[in-house]
Amino acid sequence: MFTRVGIKRDQYVVSPGLYGVGAPDSKSPVIVTANYKLSFDTVRSALAGLDAWLLVLDTCGVNVWCAAGKGTFSTDQLVFQISRTALEQVVDHRKVIVPQLGATGIAAHKVKELSSFSVIYGPVRASDLDAFLKSSFKVEPEMRLVTFSLAERTVLVPVEFYLLGRSLWWIVPLLLIVSGFGPPIYSISQAWDRGLVLIAATAGGICSGALLVPLLLPYLPGKPFSFKGLVTGIICGGILDYMLFDHLSVYERAAAWLWVCSVSSYLGMNFTGSTPFTSPSGVEWEMKRAIPLQILTTLVAAALWLVAPFIW
Amino acid sequence: MKKYNYIQNVAEISLDSDSCIGCRLCMTVCPHGVFDIKEKRAAIIKRNDCMECGACGQNCPVNAITVNPGVGCATLIISRWLTKMGIESKGCC
Repeated sequence: MFTRVGIKRDQYVVSPGLYGVGAPDSKSPVIVTANYKLSFDTVRSALAGLDAWLLVLDTCGVNVWCAAGKGTFSTDQLVFQISRTALEQVVDHRKVIVPQLGATGIAAHKVKELSSFSVIYGPVRASDLDAFLKSSFKVEPEMRLVTFSLAERTVLVPVEFYLLGRSLWWIVPLLLIVSGFGPPIYSISQAWDRGLVLIAATAGGICSGALLVPLLLPYLPGKPFSFKGLVTGIICGGILDYMLFDHLSVYERAAAWLWVCSVSSYLGMNFTGSTPFTSPSGVEWEMKRAIPLQILTTLVAAALWLVAPFIW
Repeated sequence: MKKYNYIQNVAEISLDSDSCIGCRLCMTVCPHGVFDIKEKRAAIIKRNDCMECGACGQNCPVNAITVNPGVGCATLIISRWLTKMGIESKGCC
Protein backbone atom coordinates (compact mmCIF):
# COMPACT_ATOMS: atom_id res chain seq x y z
CA MET A 1 0.00 0.00 0.00
CA PHE A 2 2.72 2.48 0.97
CA THR A 3 4.82 1.48 -2.00
CA ARG A 4 2.05 2.38 -4.44
CA VAL A 5 2.13 5.92 -3.04
CA GLY A 6 5.85 6.19 -3.55
CA ILE A 7 7.31 5.60 -0.10
CA LYS A 8 10.39 3.39 -0.40
CA ARG A 9 9.30 2.71 -3.97
CA ASP A 10 12.89 2.86 -5.17
CA GLN A 11 13.81 -0.22 -3.19
CA TYR A 12 10.77 -2.34 -4.07
CA VAL A 13 12.54 -4.85 -6.30
CA VAL A 14 12.85 -8.55 -7.03
CA SER A 15 16.04 -10.17 -8.28
CA PRO A 16 16.22 -10.40 -12.07
CA GLY A 17 16.20 -13.90 -13.52
CA LEU A 18 13.92 -16.80 -14.35
CA TYR A 19 10.98 -17.71 -12.12
CA GLY A 20 8.36 -20.45 -12.38
CA VAL A 21 4.63 -19.98 -11.84
CA GLY A 22 2.71 -23.21 -11.15
CA ALA A 23 4.65 -26.21 -12.50
CA PRO A 24 6.18 -25.07 -15.81
CA ASP A 25 8.01 -27.46 -18.12
CA SER A 26 9.91 -27.18 -21.40
CA LYS A 27 6.68 -26.44 -23.32
CA SER A 28 5.47 -23.63 -21.03
CA PRO A 29 5.31 -20.05 -22.27
CA VAL A 30 7.94 -17.53 -21.16
CA ILE A 31 6.60 -14.17 -20.08
CA VAL A 32 8.94 -11.21 -19.74
CA THR A 33 8.45 -8.56 -17.07
CA ALA A 34 10.28 -5.89 -15.05
CA ASN A 35 11.81 -6.31 -11.60
CA TYR A 36 9.49 -3.75 -9.97
CA LYS A 37 7.80 -5.94 -7.36
CA LEU A 38 4.32 -4.53 -8.09
CA SER A 39 4.72 -5.45 -11.79
CA PHE A 40 6.09 -8.87 -10.91
CA ASP A 41 3.26 -9.61 -8.45
CA THR A 42 0.60 -8.37 -10.87
CA VAL A 43 1.82 -10.70 -13.59
CA ARG A 44 2.23 -13.57 -11.13
CA SER A 45 -1.32 -13.25 -9.83
CA ALA A 46 -2.70 -12.88 -13.37
CA LEU A 47 -1.11 -16.26 -14.14
CA ALA A 48 -2.65 -18.03 -11.12
CA GLY A 49 -3.70 -21.54 -12.09
CA LEU A 50 -1.44 -21.60 -15.17
CA ASP A 51 2.05 -22.98 -15.67
CA ALA A 52 4.49 -20.46 -17.09
CA TRP A 53 8.01 -19.08 -16.85
CA LEU A 54 8.58 -15.50 -15.81
CA LEU A 55 11.73 -13.88 -17.15
CA VAL A 56 12.43 -10.83 -15.00
CA LEU A 57 14.62 -8.10 -16.50
CA ASP A 58 16.69 -5.74 -14.39
CA THR A 59 14.89 -2.38 -14.70
CA CYS A 60 16.14 -1.01 -11.36
CA GLY A 61 12.70 -1.57 -9.85
CA VAL A 62 10.81 0.48 -12.46
CA ASN A 63 7.65 -0.75 -14.22
CA VAL A 64 7.73 -2.04 -17.81
CA TRP A 65 6.48 1.02 -19.69
CA CYS A 66 8.55 3.64 -17.87
CA ALA A 67 11.62 1.39 -17.95
CA ALA A 68 11.14 0.80 -21.69
CA GLY A 69 10.92 4.56 -22.24
CA LYS A 70 14.08 5.12 -20.25
CA GLY A 71 16.10 2.34 -21.81
CA THR A 72 16.47 -0.24 -19.02
CA PHE A 73 13.75 -2.57 -20.31
CA SER A 74 15.73 -3.05 -23.50
CA THR A 75 16.75 -5.37 -26.28
CA ASP A 76 20.21 -5.79 -24.74
CA GLN A 77 18.82 -6.54 -21.29
CA LEU A 78 16.37 -9.11 -22.69
CA VAL A 79 19.08 -10.82 -24.73
CA PHE A 80 21.37 -10.75 -21.69
CA GLN A 81 18.78 -12.39 -19.40
CA ILE A 82 17.92 -15.00 -22.04
CA SER A 83 21.57 -16.08 -22.17
CA ARG A 84 22.25 -15.67 -18.42
CA THR A 85 19.34 -17.95 -17.50
CA ALA A 86 20.26 -20.42 -20.29
CA LEU A 87 16.67 -20.17 -21.48
CA GLU A 88 17.33 -22.28 -24.59
CA GLN A 89 18.06 -25.22 -22.27
CA VAL A 90 14.97 -24.63 -20.14
CA VAL A 91 12.38 -24.53 -22.92
CA ASP A 92 12.08 -26.35 -26.26
CA HIS A 93 10.34 -23.51 -28.08
CA ARG A 94 11.96 -20.24 -29.12
CA LYS A 95 9.37 -17.66 -28.13
CA VAL A 96 9.26 -15.00 -25.43
CA ILE A 97 6.12 -13.05 -24.64
CA VAL A 98 6.87 -9.38 -24.03
CA PRO A 99 4.17 -7.04 -22.69
CA GLN A 100 3.08 -4.73 -25.50
CA LEU A 101 4.08 -1.59 -23.60
CA GLY A 102 7.62 -2.98 -23.41
CA ALA A 103 7.87 -2.46 -27.18
CA THR A 104 9.13 1.08 -26.63
CA GLY A 105 12.39 -0.45 -25.42
CA ILE A 106 12.54 -3.70 -27.38
CA ALA A 107 13.26 -4.22 -31.08
CA ALA A 108 11.74 -7.61 -31.88
CA HIS A 109 13.84 -8.18 -34.99
CA LYS A 110 17.08 -7.47 -33.11
CA VAL A 111 16.18 -9.87 -30.30
CA LYS A 112 15.66 -12.57 -32.93
CA GLU A 113 19.00 -11.75 -34.49
CA LEU A 114 20.93 -11.75 -31.22
CA SER A 115 19.31 -14.62 -29.34
CA SER A 116 17.33 -16.83 -31.76
CA PHE A 117 14.21 -16.13 -29.68
CA SER A 118 11.19 -14.52 -31.35
CA VAL A 119 9.32 -11.81 -29.53
CA ILE A 120 5.55 -12.10 -29.34
CA TYR A 121 3.88 -8.98 -28.07
CA GLY A 122 1.27 -9.85 -25.46
CA PRO A 123 -1.60 -7.68 -24.25
CA VAL A 124 -1.14 -4.29 -22.58
CA ARG A 125 -2.69 -5.44 -19.29
CA ALA A 126 -1.58 -8.48 -17.28
CA SER A 127 -5.26 -9.22 -16.55
CA ASP A 128 -5.69 -10.18 -20.24
CA LEU A 129 -2.81 -12.71 -20.09
CA ASP A 130 -5.07 -15.60 -19.17
CA ALA A 131 -7.29 -15.08 -22.23
CA PHE A 132 -4.21 -14.47 -24.39
CA LEU A 133 -2.50 -17.71 -23.35
CA LYS A 134 -5.67 -19.80 -23.57
CA SER A 135 -6.40 -18.55 -27.10
CA SER A 136 -2.88 -19.47 -28.27
CA PHE A 137 -1.59 -15.90 -28.34
CA LYS A 138 -4.58 -14.16 -29.84
CA VAL A 139 -4.84 -10.50 -28.82
CA GLU A 140 -8.22 -8.82 -29.19
CA PRO A 141 -8.01 -5.24 -30.52
CA GLU A 142 -9.11 -3.71 -27.20
CA MET A 143 -6.29 -5.56 -25.40
CA ARG A 144 -3.88 -3.51 -27.53
CA LEU A 145 -5.09 -0.10 -26.38
CA VAL A 146 -4.22 1.71 -23.19
CA THR A 147 -7.05 3.06 -21.06
CA PHE A 148 -7.19 5.78 -18.43
CA SER A 149 -10.31 5.07 -16.42
CA LEU A 150 -11.44 6.81 -13.25
CA ALA A 151 -9.91 3.99 -11.19
CA GLU A 152 -6.60 4.24 -13.08
CA ARG A 153 -6.56 8.00 -12.51
CA THR A 154 -7.55 7.77 -8.86
CA VAL A 155 -4.64 5.53 -7.84
CA LEU A 156 -2.26 8.20 -9.17
CA VAL A 157 -3.57 10.95 -6.87
CA PRO A 158 -1.71 9.82 -3.71
CA VAL A 159 1.52 9.62 -5.75
CA GLU A 160 1.04 13.21 -6.90
CA PHE A 161 0.51 14.32 -3.29
CA TYR A 162 3.50 12.35 -2.03
CA LEU A 163 5.83 13.84 -4.65
CA LEU A 164 4.49 17.30 -3.83
CA GLY A 165 5.18 16.87 -0.13
CA ARG A 166 8.87 17.42 -0.71
CA SER A 167 8.48 20.90 -2.18
CA LEU A 168 6.14 21.96 0.65
CA TRP A 169 9.12 21.95 3.03
CA TRP A 170 10.38 25.16 1.49
CA ILE A 171 7.12 26.63 0.15
CA VAL A 172 5.29 26.79 3.50
CA PRO A 173 8.06 28.70 5.35
CA LEU A 174 8.37 31.03 2.36
CA LEU A 175 4.63 31.80 2.45
CA LEU A 176 4.86 32.60 6.18
CA ILE A 177 7.86 34.88 5.64
CA VAL A 178 6.34 36.93 2.82
CA SER A 179 3.14 37.39 4.80
CA GLY A 180 4.86 39.26 7.61
CA PHE A 181 5.69 42.46 5.76
CA GLY A 182 3.47 45.33 6.86
CA PRO A 183 3.53 48.66 8.71
CA PRO A 184 5.92 49.59 10.11
CA ILE A 185 8.14 46.90 8.52
CA TYR A 186 7.54 43.41 9.75
CA SER A 187 5.29 41.64 12.21
CA ILE A 188 5.57 38.05 13.37
CA SER A 189 1.92 37.80 14.40
CA GLN A 190 0.87 39.11 11.01
CA ALA A 191 3.19 36.60 9.34
CA TRP A 192 1.30 33.88 11.13
CA ASP A 193 -2.24 35.20 10.48
CA ARG A 194 -1.75 36.06 6.83
CA GLY A 195 0.56 33.10 6.27
CA LEU A 196 -2.25 30.77 7.25
CA VAL A 197 -4.44 32.35 4.58
CA LEU A 198 -1.78 31.67 1.96
CA ILE A 199 -1.30 28.12 3.22
CA ALA A 200 -5.06 27.56 2.91
CA ALA A 201 -4.94 28.99 -0.63
CA THR A 202 -2.00 26.71 -1.49
CA ALA A 203 -3.88 23.71 -0.11
CA GLY A 204 -6.85 24.73 -2.25
CA GLY A 205 -4.63 24.98 -5.32
CA ILE A 206 -3.13 21.57 -4.61
CA CYS A 207 -6.55 19.92 -4.20
CA SER A 208 -7.65 21.62 -7.38
CA GLY A 209 -4.61 20.72 -9.53
CA ALA A 210 -3.52 17.39 -8.10
CA LEU A 211 -6.91 15.94 -7.10
CA LEU A 212 -9.70 17.48 -9.17
CA VAL A 213 -7.76 17.60 -12.46
CA PRO A 214 -6.90 13.86 -12.39
CA LEU A 215 -10.37 12.83 -11.25
CA LEU A 216 -12.37 15.06 -13.61
CA LEU A 217 -9.84 14.92 -16.46
CA PRO A 218 -12.12 13.87 -19.34
CA TYR A 219 -14.88 16.28 -18.30
CA LEU A 220 -12.83 19.45 -17.93
CA PRO A 221 -12.86 21.85 -20.89
CA GLY A 222 -9.83 22.48 -23.09
CA LYS A 223 -7.01 20.20 -24.20
CA PRO A 224 -3.98 21.70 -22.41
CA PHE A 225 -3.78 20.36 -18.85
CA SER A 226 -2.63 23.78 -17.64
CA PHE A 227 -5.97 25.13 -18.87
CA LYS A 228 -7.93 22.36 -17.16
CA GLY A 229 -6.03 23.24 -13.97
CA LEU A 230 -6.87 26.89 -14.44
CA VAL A 231 -10.57 26.07 -14.73
CA THR A 232 -10.65 24.07 -11.48
CA GLY A 233 -8.42 26.74 -9.91
CA ILE A 234 -10.88 29.54 -10.69
CA ILE A 235 -13.68 27.49 -9.15
CA CYS A 236 -11.73 26.39 -6.06
CA GLY A 237 -10.33 29.90 -5.59
CA GLY A 238 -13.86 31.27 -5.75
CA ILE A 239 -15.14 28.79 -3.19
CA LEU A 240 -12.26 29.56 -0.81
CA ASP A 241 -12.77 33.28 -1.26
CA TYR A 242 -16.47 33.01 -0.46
CA MET A 243 -16.05 30.71 2.52
CA LEU A 244 -12.82 31.80 4.19
CA PHE A 245 -11.40 35.04 2.86
CA ASP A 246 -14.30 37.50 3.03
CA HIS A 247 -12.69 39.32 5.99
CA LEU A 248 -9.62 40.25 3.90
CA SER A 249 -8.93 43.32 1.78
CA VAL A 250 -9.79 43.20 -1.89
CA TYR A 251 -6.06 43.14 -2.80
CA GLU A 252 -5.44 40.15 -0.59
CA ARG A 253 -8.49 38.35 -1.88
CA ALA A 254 -7.35 38.89 -5.47
CA ALA A 255 -3.83 37.73 -4.58
CA ALA A 256 -5.10 34.55 -2.91
CA TRP A 257 -7.39 33.75 -5.84
CA LEU A 258 -4.61 34.27 -8.40
CA TRP A 259 -2.27 32.12 -6.33
CA VAL A 260 -4.82 29.26 -6.24
CA CYS A 261 -5.09 29.50 -10.05
CA SER A 262 -1.29 29.46 -10.56
CA VAL A 263 -0.75 26.47 -8.29
CA SER A 264 -3.65 24.58 -9.81
CA SER A 265 -2.67 25.29 -13.41
CA TYR A 266 0.94 24.30 -12.75
CA LEU A 267 0.01 21.06 -10.99
CA GLY A 268 -2.55 20.23 -13.65
CA MET A 269 0.18 20.65 -16.24
CA ASN A 270 2.46 18.37 -14.22
CA PHE A 271 -0.13 15.62 -14.38
CA THR A 272 0.77 15.19 -18.06
CA GLY A 273 3.69 13.07 -16.81
CA SER A 274 1.30 10.51 -15.36
CA THR A 275 -1.05 9.97 -18.28
CA PRO A 276 -0.70 7.38 -21.02
CA PHE A 277 -1.65 9.65 -23.91
CA THR A 278 0.20 13.00 -23.76
CA SER A 279 2.92 13.39 -26.39
CA PRO A 280 6.15 15.17 -25.46
CA SER A 281 5.65 17.58 -28.38
CA GLY A 282 2.22 18.45 -27.00
CA VAL A 283 3.45 18.91 -23.45
CA GLU A 284 6.23 21.20 -24.62
CA TRP A 285 3.76 23.14 -26.77
CA GLU A 286 1.49 23.87 -23.84
CA MET A 287 4.34 24.56 -21.43
CA LYS A 288 5.83 27.24 -23.66
CA ARG A 289 2.50 29.04 -23.53
CA ALA A 290 1.37 28.28 -19.98
CA ILE A 291 4.50 28.76 -17.91
CA PRO A 292 4.97 32.48 -18.73
CA LEU A 293 1.33 33.05 -17.74
CA GLN A 294 1.73 31.05 -14.54
CA ILE A 295 4.82 33.08 -13.62
CA LEU A 296 3.05 36.34 -14.42
CA THR A 297 0.01 35.39 -12.32
CA THR A 298 2.26 34.43 -9.44
CA LEU A 299 4.19 37.72 -9.63
CA VAL A 300 0.98 39.77 -9.70
CA ALA A 301 -0.34 37.75 -6.75
CA ALA A 302 2.92 38.29 -4.84
CA ALA A 303 2.90 42.02 -5.55
CA LEU A 304 -0.72 42.42 -4.42
CA TRP A 305 -0.07 40.36 -1.32
CA LEU A 306 3.01 42.37 -0.35
CA VAL A 307 1.54 45.83 -0.86
CA ALA A 308 -1.90 45.10 0.61
CA PRO A 309 -0.94 45.71 4.29
CA PHE A 310 0.62 49.07 3.40
CA ILE A 311 -2.30 50.52 1.50
CA TRP A 312 -5.28 49.09 3.34
CA MET B 1 -14.26 4.41 -22.09
CA LYS B 2 -14.18 8.07 -22.95
CA LYS B 3 -11.64 8.80 -25.65
CA TYR B 4 -8.91 11.25 -24.70
CA ASN B 5 -7.69 13.88 -27.10
CA TYR B 6 -4.56 15.81 -26.39
CA ILE B 7 -3.22 18.85 -28.27
CA GLN B 8 -3.74 18.31 -32.00
CA ASN B 9 -1.31 18.58 -34.91
CA VAL B 10 1.88 18.63 -32.85
CA ALA B 11 2.95 14.98 -32.69
CA GLU B 12 5.85 14.37 -35.05
CA ILE B 13 5.62 10.98 -36.69
CA SER B 14 6.16 10.03 -40.28
CA LEU B 15 5.95 6.87 -42.29
CA ASP B 16 7.72 6.08 -45.52
CA SER B 17 5.18 3.75 -47.09
CA ASP B 18 7.48 2.95 -50.03
CA SER B 19 9.89 1.05 -47.79
CA CYS B 20 7.10 -0.56 -45.70
CA ILE B 21 7.00 -4.35 -46.01
CA GLY B 22 3.61 -4.73 -44.33
CA CYS B 23 4.81 -6.77 -41.34
CA ARG B 24 2.08 -5.16 -39.15
CA LEU B 25 4.37 -4.81 -36.16
CA CYS B 26 3.72 -1.07 -35.84
CA MET B 27 0.01 -1.83 -35.64
CA THR B 28 0.69 -4.47 -33.00
CA VAL B 29 2.80 -2.35 -30.68
CA CYS B 30 0.95 0.98 -30.91
CA PRO B 31 -1.06 1.53 -27.70
CA HIS B 32 -3.32 4.09 -29.41
CA GLY B 33 -4.29 2.44 -32.68
CA VAL B 34 -2.48 5.04 -34.78
CA PHE B 35 -1.75 2.56 -37.61
CA ASP B 36 -3.79 0.41 -39.89
CA ILE B 37 -2.85 -1.74 -42.85
CA LYS B 38 -4.12 -0.54 -46.22
CA GLU B 39 -3.26 -2.46 -49.39
CA LYS B 40 -0.65 -4.53 -47.53
CA ARG B 41 1.19 -1.46 -46.27
CA ALA B 42 1.02 0.44 -43.02
CA ALA B 43 -0.86 3.73 -42.95
CA ILE B 44 -1.16 6.36 -40.23
CA ILE B 45 -4.88 6.69 -39.58
CA LYS B 46 -4.99 8.50 -36.22
CA ARG B 47 -2.02 10.85 -36.21
CA ASN B 48 -3.46 12.99 -33.41
CA ASP B 49 -3.67 10.03 -31.05
CA CYS B 50 0.09 9.49 -31.25
CA MET B 51 1.90 10.05 -27.94
CA GLU B 52 5.37 9.64 -29.46
CA CYS B 53 6.30 6.64 -27.31
CA GLY B 54 8.47 5.36 -30.16
CA ALA B 55 7.44 1.69 -29.99
CA CYS B 56 6.58 1.60 -33.71
CA GLY B 57 9.88 3.08 -34.87
CA GLN B 58 11.84 0.83 -32.54
CA ASN B 59 10.18 -2.29 -33.95
CA CYS B 60 10.07 -1.42 -37.64
CA PRO B 61 12.54 -3.83 -39.26
CA VAL B 62 13.08 -1.55 -42.29
CA ASN B 63 13.22 1.81 -40.46
CA ALA B 64 10.22 3.15 -42.34
CA ILE B 65 8.91 5.08 -39.33
CA THR B 66 10.46 8.26 -38.00
CA VAL B 67 9.43 9.34 -34.53
CA ASN B 68 11.41 11.12 -31.87
CA PRO B 69 10.47 9.18 -28.76
CA GLY B 70 10.20 10.83 -25.40
CA VAL B 71 8.25 11.03 -22.19
CA GLY B 72 5.48 13.62 -22.12
CA CYS B 73 6.16 14.89 -18.65
CA ALA B 74 6.28 18.56 -17.64
CA THR B 75 8.70 18.02 -14.76
CA LEU B 76 11.13 16.25 -17.07
CA ILE B 77 10.90 19.00 -19.69
CA ILE B 78 11.48 21.70 -17.07
CA SER B 79 14.61 19.97 -15.81
CA ARG B 80 15.81 19.65 -19.41
CA TRP B 81 15.26 23.39 -19.97
CA LEU B 82 17.11 24.18 -16.76
CA THR B 83 20.01 21.96 -17.76
CA LYS B 84 20.19 23.78 -21.10
CA MET B 85 20.42 27.08 -19.22
CA GLY B 86 23.28 25.62 -17.22
CA ILE B 87 21.31 25.07 -14.02
CA GLU B 88 21.78 21.69 -12.37
CA SER B 89 18.45 20.12 -11.48
CA LYS B 90 17.29 16.85 -10.08
CA GLY B 91 15.34 14.61 -12.46
CA CYS B 92 11.84 13.54 -11.53
CA CYS B 93 10.98 9.89 -11.84
